Amino acid sequence: MLELLENLGKTTRSSFAKLGRGTFFLTHILTGISEVLPRPSLLMKQMYSVGVLSFLIITISGLFVGMVLGLQGFNILSDFGAEESLGVMVAASLVRELGPVVSALLFAGRAGSALTAEIGLMKATEQLSGMEMMAVDPIKRIISPRFLAGFLSMPLLAALFSAIGVMGGYMVGVGMLGVDDGAFWAQMQANIDFREDIINGVIKSVVFGFVVSWIALFEGYDAIPTSEGVSRATTRTVVNSAFSILGLDFILTALMFGDI
Amino acid sequence: MQHSKTQDTLVGLFVASGIAALFYMALQISNLGTYTSNDSYTVIARFQNSGGLKVKSPVSVAGVRIGRVSSISLDRESHESVVEMRIESKYNNIPDDSGASIYTAGLLGEQYISIDPGSSEEFLKDKSKLDITSSAIVLEEMIGKFMLNKAEGK
Repeated sequence: MLELLENLGKTTRSSFAKLGRGTFFLTHILTGISEVLPRPSLLMKQMYSVGVLSFLIITISGLFVGMVLGLQGFNILSDFGAEESLGVMVAASLVRELGPVVSALLFAGRAGSALTAEIGLMKATEQLSGMEMMAVDPIKRIISPRFLAGFLSMPLLAALFSAIGVMGGYMVGVGMLGVDDGAFWAQMQANIDFREDIINGVIKSVVFGFVVSWIALFEGYDAIPTSEGVSRATTRTVVNSAFSILGLDFILTALMFGDI
Repeated sequence: MQHSKTQDTLVGLFVASGIAALFYMALQISNLGTYTSNDSYTVIARFQNSGGLKVKSPVSVAGVRIGRVSSISLDRESHESVVEMRIESKYNNIPDDSGASIYTAGLLGEQYISIDPGSSEEFLKDKSKLDITSSAIVLEEMIGKFMLNKAEGK
């Protein structure tokens, strides 16, 4: 019994300590961003590996998610004779929820895990301490550009996901299932509000980009510098990112769309 | 990883396509593309019951949307629903003896205001009031009446 309490106390203490280290790390990254801006080549490299390389998985997943939404939505809506609302259904679910959330989950899996592994391995091979020895701040030189790249890429990727998903829904709904072309777009435009739907979706993806980049970089930086430690840190990145994305999504949705 | 020109080009392409997707969403998916100028005037109508009417519900004449409901409030004196609607300025020739009714699009669809043009030579201006109104049809009330008639008829 006493041992159980002791374990609980230990876990609480260590998770608080980690949260503290994470916050300290974040402020350090944010102050480092001012030093990244005058050197855009650092950012460009990271935009390439974080953004451009995630482009393919995001667009292809977006296309398929949109196509599946078109098929499933048509099946249900045709029961009520409301096939024309297919456009609204596809666009609303993509712009509000699936676009930001699914692309953030894919981003965490594709780019977040790569970032953790890269930083963790740099730490394990003592490249980070090497930089410190040369009086170069590794957080400002290595981590801030990666953070900024993730933060900037995420909203763009989510927008691509939603836009291509709508096109996928259009292909299936209008092309294959014969929903009226005009009604598909007209109903969509009448019911999707720019400020309430699109802007809120973009705000969500900005928040997710911030959180996923932070978690990925911190897990890498905080990893135990062994091969096992790095592999654990990579797993933690994916798991913790998924938890935070889904939890934050509920909170943001309640604030934006709920009447709480 | 070497820093190269092709890398810069690809990043540029990625950012451009992301921004293009945002514009596409704004113009093609949302109502931003169908927004007309904000020039509009307000008309007020009082209803016994405004039913399921909501702010932003459409206001139409002969099925053409000419504006939207901007606010719904309760008159403390008469317990009537006071509905304000904004009508686009280009529709400035609606007679001031027009009537307003609340209809439902389809059997279970959303409710909207339909304005039936009158024959007056005077036109509606900002802050004009529509006097002839008919309330929303509440489905439960109708079913209730129907059941009552049935029972009495027996």
